[in-house]
Amino acid sequence: MSSEWPLWEVFIRGQHGLNHRHVGSLHAVDASQALRNARDVYTRRHEGVSIWVARSSDIVASSPSENGPQFEPAAPRVYPHPTFHDDEARPT
Amino acid sequence: MYAQLVKTSRVKAAEDMSEEERAFQARIDRGEKIEPKEWMPEEYRRTLIRQIGQHAHSEIVGQLPEGNWITRAPSLQRKAILLAKVQDEAGHGLYLYCAAETLGISRDELVAMLHSGRMKYSSIFNYPTLTWADIGAVGWLVDGAAIMNQVPLQRCSYGPYSRAMIRICKEESFHQRQGYDLMTKMARGTPEQKAMAQDALNRFWYPSLMMFGPSDKESVHSAQSMAWRIKINTNDELRQKFVDQTVPQAHYLGLTVPDDKLAWNEEKQGYDFSEPDWDEFYAVVRGDGPCNRDRLEARVKAWEDGAWFRDGLSAHARKARERQAAAKIAAE
Repeated sequence: MSSEWPLWEVFIRGQHGLNHRHVGSLHAVDASQALRNARDVYTRRHEGVSIWVARSSDIVASSPSENGPQFEPAAPRVYPHPTFHDDEARPT
Repeated sequence: MYAQLVKTSRVKAAEDMSEEERAFQARIDRGEKIEPKEWMPEEYRRTLIRQIGQHAHSEIVGQLPEGNWITRAPSLQRKAILLAKVQDEAGHGLYLYCAAETLGISRDELVAMLHSGRMKYSSIFNYPTLTWADIGAVGWLVDGAAIMNQVPLQRCSYGPYSRAMIRICKEESFHQRQGYDLMTKMARGTPEQKAMAQDALNRFWYPSLMMFGPSDKESVHSAQSMAWRIKINTNDELRQKFVDQTVPQAHYLGLTVPDDKLAWNEEKQGYDFSEPDWDEFYAVVRGDGPCNRDRLEARVKAWEDGAWFRDGLSAHARKARERQAAAKIAAE
């Protein structure tokens, strides 16, 4: 038997109050081993207070070739940015 | 440097590039990072797999010379430091294997290529660690040389490699300080300890210089890698930087660098030094260094001896999945 263990993506919450962030990936037979391995590989120096693991094959990603239509329409829209508003017009 | 002989073709001129290749090169020139699913030239992908693979293998094989001293470390504190360091190297290997896997090669393929000799690891790990002082020399010189190469690679063009490098550099720099601390203790110890420190420096100096790979005169193949920003400095630039940094550290320890030609060159604001014996370098890379066979045997044995355990875990996970599925059906 030489089937390779599935790949898992690892997400770590660095401190209380922060988002989980993707830190890397690893191989494991199942979810509990993935969590254990993630602890050993990615939190040797207290880098986290919480770990998520997800099968890499379960992650749905946007396609880089569609980056243009996906993200460019946001570029000319300045109004969602905080700088859009005129400071002068602010009530004092 | 952990990837010493990764050759690429000559730099492609803009007029020979396809439109895709030109757009790719333009992104790199703008300092953008290339991410796994994005288009990249086949040669870029292949070169990176070789380079990151060599680097990963070096971290893993690099555990062996240091692991050799874990049971014989002279104090509990030194043993704990060394254990943690060897564990870090395993972690570095794993970060790098994962980065290589994003390029479409599997972990098993990478391991198989190491075991069959089709992929290399750094020549430095084919030298033995004969005394405890060698552990200090490895930290000081070998990790020091590795950092020279790895710090600029944090800015390399391939996203996953660059991010792995950032994690690794954080840990590697204090490995180097720990090694230097060990050398300081030896150099200021008894005359016998100082002699051991000098002996370790004598044996590790030239092999450390070899870590940067052949001289630029011989290494015409790196131009494409530099254009792609997967190699940031030339071999000789990094070697010079390493010598300039390390020689004053040796002086501070009261140790002598084993090179009669070593002299400060006021004009270039750097040291002149002797090149390592390149015939020895190529012999070690070919497989005829002092420990090549031992190192590879140890890796293959670890892989084969662990097979029953890996298979057992896979079987257990499969049965658990099947039980879960059966229980779900029964519940419905």
